Order: sequence, then C-alpha cells, then structure tokens
Amino acid sequence: MDAVNTLAMSPSRGSRVRPGRRIADRMLRVSCLVATVVGAVVLGSILLMLIVEGIRGFSPALFTQPTPGPGSEGGGIANAILGSLVLTTIGIVVAAPIGVMAGTFLAEYGRTSKLADVIRFLNDILLSAPSILIGLFVYTLMVRPMGSYSGWAGGVALAIIAVPVIVRTTEDMLRLVPGTLREAGAALGAPPSKVITSVTWKAASAGIVTGIILALARIAGETAPLLFTALNNNSWFSANLMGGVANLPVMIYQFALSPYPNWQGLAWAGALLITGTILALSIVARLVIKPQRSR
Amino acid sequence: MNAASAMSTGDLTRGAPAPGRAVRIAVKDLNFYYGSFHGLKNVNLNFHDRQVTALIGPSGCGKSTLLRCFNRIYSLYPEQRAEGQILLDGQNVLDSHVDLNELRSRIGMVFQKPTPFPMSIYDNVAFGLRLYEKLPKAELDVRVEESLRKSALWDEVKDKLKQAGTGLSGGQQQRLCIARTVAQKPEVILFDEPTSALDPISTGRIEELMEQLRDEFTIVIVTHNMQQAARISQYTAFMYLGELVEFGQTDKIFMNPTERRTQDYITGRFG
Repeated sequence: MDAVNTLAMSPSRGSRVRPGRRIADRMLRVSCLVATVVGAVVLGSILLMLIVEGIRGFSPALFTQPTPGPGSEGGGIANAILGSLVLTTIGIVVAAPIGVMAGTFLAEYGRTSKLADVIRFLNDILLSAPSILIGLFVYTLMVRPMGSYSGWAGGVALAIIAVPVIVRTTEDMLRLVPGTLREAGAALGAPPSKVITSVTWKAASAGIVTGIILALARIAGETAPLLFTALNNNSWFSANLMGGVANLPVMIYQFALSPYPNWQGLAWAGALLITGTILALSIVARLVIKPQRSR
Repeated sequence: MNAASAMSTGDLTRGAPAPGRAVRIAVKDLNFYYGSFHGLKNVNLNFHDRQVTALIGPSGCGKSTLLRCFNRIYSLYPEQRAEGQILLDGQNVLDSHVDLNELRSRIGMVFQKPTPFPMSIYDNVAFGLRLYEKLPKAELDVRVEESLRKSALWDEVKDKLKQAGTGLSGGQQQRLCIARTVAQKPEVILFDEPTSALDPISTGRIEELMEQLRDEFTIVIVTHNMQQAARISQYTAFMYLGELVEFGQTDKIFMNPTERRTQDYITGRFG
C-alpha cells in the first residue's frame, strides 16, 4: 500500500526519463521515417515511370488490334488482353470453389484435428511457393502429355496459385465469426451444413469475397507459371484453349526484352493496364469489406 | 392474450409457485467433464412444467454447464461429455440415439449475447421454422408475426421486417432471438444470462416477457443477478463448485435457506 502511494506521489514522469532513453526514442522515430520515405520514393518512381511510359503507348488500337509482327509498326495488344481475361477467369472459377470449400473444412469441420493441421501447413507452403515451380509442375502434368502449350494449362496453373490464397482468407474470415452464432444455429436444431451455408458463410461473405478478389489480383499479374503453360500466341484468340493463348504478363516479358521500340511501347502500355486493373481490384476489395466493418 | 396490451400493464407480479405442476425435466446423477475437469458433480434436480427455475451461483459453479446439458449444445465440442440422465418427459436426452436436431427444436436456447443471424428480421424468425416444416408463405407470415408478438417486438419491427436483424438495438436483438426460439414452439426454453449484456430498461422488458412466456413454456434461466432470480422465478437452484447446494421454491431459498452456503451467497458474503 505504501509503495503504491510513493509511486503516485513521485514527480511527473517526464522529467524522470533518462536522456539516453529520449535519444533512442528520437532515433527510432527518424529511422522509421527514413525507411518509409525510401519505400515510398521507390514505389512512387516506379509508378510514375509506368504512367509516363505507359500512357504514351495508349491508343484505341491497343484494344482493337492484335500484337504486331517483329519490327512492324502499329498494332495493339487486344489478343493479350482477351487471353488474360480468359485465363484468369478459368483460374478463379476453378480456384474459388476449391479454396472456399477447403477453407470451410479447416475452419468449421477440421478445426484442431491433425488432418486440418497438416492441410494448413501444406497450404502455407503452397502460399509462398515460387510461382515458377507451379508453372513447371503444370508443364509436366499437362503440357508435356498433351503435346502443346495450352490455355487450359495456363488456367490451371493460375488456379493453383489462387487456391492457397482463398483457402487462407476463407479460413481466417470464418474464424472471425463468433462461436455463439454457430451455437445459436445449432440450438435451433439446424444441422452443421445448414449453419455453415446460411449463417457462418453469410456472416463472413464480405471477407470471403474480398479474398477471392485479392486472389484474382494476384494471378492477374503472374508471369512465370504462364511461360511454361499458356505461353503466347500472336494471332487472334481463336477460342481454342488447346493451343497457346496470348496474355499480358508473357507479352510484356517478351516485348520488353525485344529490340523493337514499338514492342517496348506496347509492353509499357500492357504493364500500366495490368497495374491499373490490380489497383481497381484492390479498391473493389476494400469497398466490399467496408460495410461489414461499420456494422 | 395480446402481447402488446399485456406489455402496457407493465407490472411485474410474480406468479406464485404452483407446486402441483408436473415435473417436466428430471436430472439424475448428472456428471459433466471438460476433458479431465469435473464440471458437474452428481447433480439431481427436477424442473417443473411451465414454471421459471433460476440457476444461481458464483462464476464457474456449473450453472451454465448444467443449462448446456439440456439441449446437448456442449456436444459441439468434442472434449466435453456428460454422464447420467436428463429425462425430458421420461426420455433420456443424453441417450446417444436421441436425434439432436429434434431435441433442440423441443428445447430452445437464448444466449448471453444477442445472436441475430446476418439476415433480415423476418428470415431470422423464419429460420427455425424453415428447417423442418415446409410451410406455405401465408402461414409462415402468420407464424413469424405470432412469434414477434409473443416476444413483444412486433410493434417495433412490423414495418421493417426485410431489414437486417443485426441493425436492431441490443435489447431488440435479444427479443428477436427469443422470437426465433419461440417460433419453433419448443417445450422448454433455456436462458443463459439473457440480460447481462443489456441496459436496465431492456432487461425489464425481457423479464416481463418471461413472465408471459411462462404460460406456455417451461423456463430455465441462468443469472448472476439475484434480484432478477427473485423477481422472475418460482424455483431457484443454488450451485457451488459444480454441486447443487440447495434447490427449492424461490421464496424459501431467498427468505429462509436451509444451507449456510446459500445464506452466505444470497446475502453477498461471497461470490
């Protein structure tokens, strides 16, 4: 009791802080600030460069004409845009159900079981696996047996990258749903399947959708897995997913390395387009999650 | 009786216990385990038909645990188990052959924190009804209205049935949860500290509501609030450290308890 009183009556804390402590405080603050500025400047200059160079290449032809031949002028990247749309659509359509179901298993059925622990661990590894490995995996699994690069293989490779992202976010979001909500569902006599589909999924829907959108943003810019699978195709997309399919990331990769200024310009425009799309997806993801937070 | 008019009378006349009422639930030699922790020890207790029985006792005494045995909600957690018998109309609900979902439609439960589902007010109430009955829309409407009236919420929500249940105030949410439970026409309703998250006015309304619900349902309520137990219950059970210390008519428990520990607890000497 006495000790508490002496503490309470001691002079104000400010004058009692050692000078060394104050210097350390300032140093930490300054180094945090410097690190932030360095990061922001690097990011800012990349974006600035991208916008300046990318806008130069923007024209209506970009969206209406296919990629031009080597050394020729004009042309666009319409086939690559369309191809990218198709590949990411395949990827997300395949990945979303698998990811949501697996995440649901981990959060609702498996919970603390051994099996769930193993799956969670493997999923985390897959989450950080180099994407080129996934490309090689699908190459061996699909491209070699089928004898050619194909849109299907590209879609599958992107799906494999998206699945762990969706599994993780789905599980995390479902775990945020209070257990009492599940108990309340069960207490009304609802079987677990009913509680999951009409209570917990609904409660976590904004988060789950956000996870899917973020996975979409992630695969939209993936290059490595497509190099070994969808590769490229300089002609118009022919609805034939059995052959190579043009796509933005691989187009950028090839055109940026080429000696032709026209191709390089198209690569810049494509890069700006992808970045803008990913930015838009991220904004949409934020908007989706917002109403849930304000509740 | 019309719920709205009953509300307006506003007095909390506690019904006298009716000792003649039949036993609805009989608990026999009930033991409960959380893993290796022995949470309930040889509990024997009877609950009377259409009476309010309050379970009181300090935190951790096992009163919520006992409540969670009646509808076996504990079975959501694999490490929890109960032994003994809980006879509902002569049938042992702890028997492994009992259909849990059917049991839970007969024994409803209202939780400490309001648990509205993320759907409209209407769908919240209809949730339980849609589980096992295929009712035509018109009949569903009637049942939803009837349940909301019984839980004294109808007048406040009748114009916004399509709005989210989560948008209601805490007290309204709790009454919505009661409506959802009542809609299933259970025989017994379990209340697990239903007003501890609510302000005094909302608490008063829920207590009035329980007084009315007693006409139809057998009610078991866990409460930390001894005045509440005294106000609304006809029977009270005092529990301590996983054991049932004393059970009897509420007047007797509060005025003239037999056990020293009960006396100490209700006079605030511990707990």
